[in-house]
Amino acid sequence: MSAEEVVGRLESGMTIGIGGWGSRRKPMALVRALLRSDVTDLTLVSYGGPDVGLLAAAGKIRRLVTAFATLDSVPLEPHFTAARQRGAFEMTELDEAMVMWGLTAAAQRLPFIPVRAGLGSDVLRVNPSLRTVTSPYEDGEELLAVPALRLDAALVHLNRADVRGNGQYLGSDPYFDDLFCQAADAAYLSCEHIVDTGDLLKDAGPQTLLVNRAFVTGVVATPNGAHFTACAPDYERDENIQRAYARAARDPEAWRTFTARFLSGDEAAYQSAVAAFHEEEPA
Amino acid sequence: MTESSGTPLLPPTRAEYCVIACAEAWRDAGEVLASPMGLIPSVGARLARLTFAPDLLLTDGEAMVVRPDGTTEGWLPYRQHLTLVTGGRRHVMMGASQIDRYGNQNISCIGDWERPKRQLLGVRGAPVNTLNNPTSYWVPRHSRRVFVEKVDMVCGVGYDHAAGARFHRIPRVVSDLGVFDFATPDHAMRLASLHPGVTLDQVREATAFDLVVPDVVPSTREPTAAELRLIREVIDPANTRTREVGA
Repeated sequence: MSAEEVVGRLESGMTIGIGGWGSRRKPMALVRALLRSDVTDLTLVSYGGPDVGLLAAAGKIRRLVTAFATLDSVPLEPHFTAARQRGAFEMTELDEAMVMWGLTAAAQRLPFIPVRAGLGSDVLRVNPSLRTVTSPYEDGEELLAVPALRLDAALVHLNRADVRGNGQYLGSDPYFDDLFCQAADAAYLSCEHIVDTGDLLKDAGPQTLLVNRAFVTGVVATPNGAHFTACAPDYERDENIQRAYARAARDPEAWRTFTARFLSGDEAAYQSAVAAFHEEEPA
Repeated sequence: MTESSGTPLLPPTRAEYCVIACAEAWRDAGEVLASPMGLIPSVGARLARLTFAPDLLLTDGEAMVVRPDGTTEGWLPYRQHLTLVTGGRRHVMMGASQIDRYGNQNISCIGDWERPKRQLLGVRGAPVNTLNNPTSYWVPRHSRRVFVEKVDMVCGVGYDHAAGARFHRIPRVVSDLGVFDFATPDHAMRLASLHPGVTLDQVREATAFDLVVPDVVPSTREPTAAELRLIREVIDPANTRTREVGA
């Protein structure tokens, strides 16, 4: 399917999980398609990067569930920080491990998973609905019950997939994309290239097959579709564009210019604007 | 390491005392992952690994466990990293936008959480770290804005919030002025050593709460000649350490 068709299946008010991590292998082409749509009022679950920044800038987030938002090489995500400072959305701020266990609980159809993370911290103060649970065994340890983070939809980007949704990562870290898919009622997988099923393991071992087709609703080929985040080994993060994005995000006038240049057309227009940028300002 | 090159060594800089103070956090840590965040802690962890803590594990900052020469010796993607944190075989040195008398740390936001004056990173992994494995802190610019009476958001859990936490421990806080620990009856922060050239008044001036100060304040130890050569010639020849702490 196309990125537009994926977004056509999404509805305002949904809880959507976005894979990747920070500014690494984010399904940016799908996020850009979301920006072009009128889908809004979202509850977003993400290890936040520019996906959160772009959706925050467009006013599409009602509630953000996250442990952080960062551009990695630029520590603070400027749209995220600005949106928080103007109170643009509600936030469920969880620890990194709590997000993983919340997705795991959802994937396993459990109401919660007990963890130590969060106890004693202000994560409990800012999330008054969180509850603790006491071990029924002789240790009697009190633990935090991380509730399941069930998703209406998940968006992830991988290196390769077949048409049926068997997805493959070829970099050094799977992040949590399989969990996002398993925690969701519908998961949409974009990838650099769609390949024949028989070619998936031509140059890579079976452990690269991260996502199983049973957990994928639709597959989209979006070459350079994680841009400007990293998508190893296909490409590194585009630090030049990310810097331009971060600079523009700090100033409304500059952001209008950036939006006009990069985000006012379709994905093909975005990719040619990126190519033109690199011709003007070679790395 | 031999002393045969004959070039007299320049005296240690402040950044190099900071490297030594960070490296010492991993002395006797055993076969655990050293997770340094920041340039000087990274140089310190590699120095420890190359000298007195040879069993330490180090990563490339992403998913690979690497030897000091960069050779990959293992795989540690985020999901396994989080398991390792929970299993406790790790000593992390995090940054701190604020830290208080009992070691509560904040990297999330400044001001009221509902509507922050300055949004920072978010809690990240500070809650899971502090409840599960030893967590130290690195502050490159010691000031009253960082060493505060009370943090705005408890991300890293301090001793007064850690009641009953079985695996909670904050071995040390290193700043550009000195080394601090919580070796006091009520776990209030104590000055453990001053970096050479720093005065007690300077530290008190830059700290918004009353530090516990022992009668005799030790100096941060001198680097050995071999350590200085490792820092300057092997680990950090580009002198990235002075980007965090000037001379």
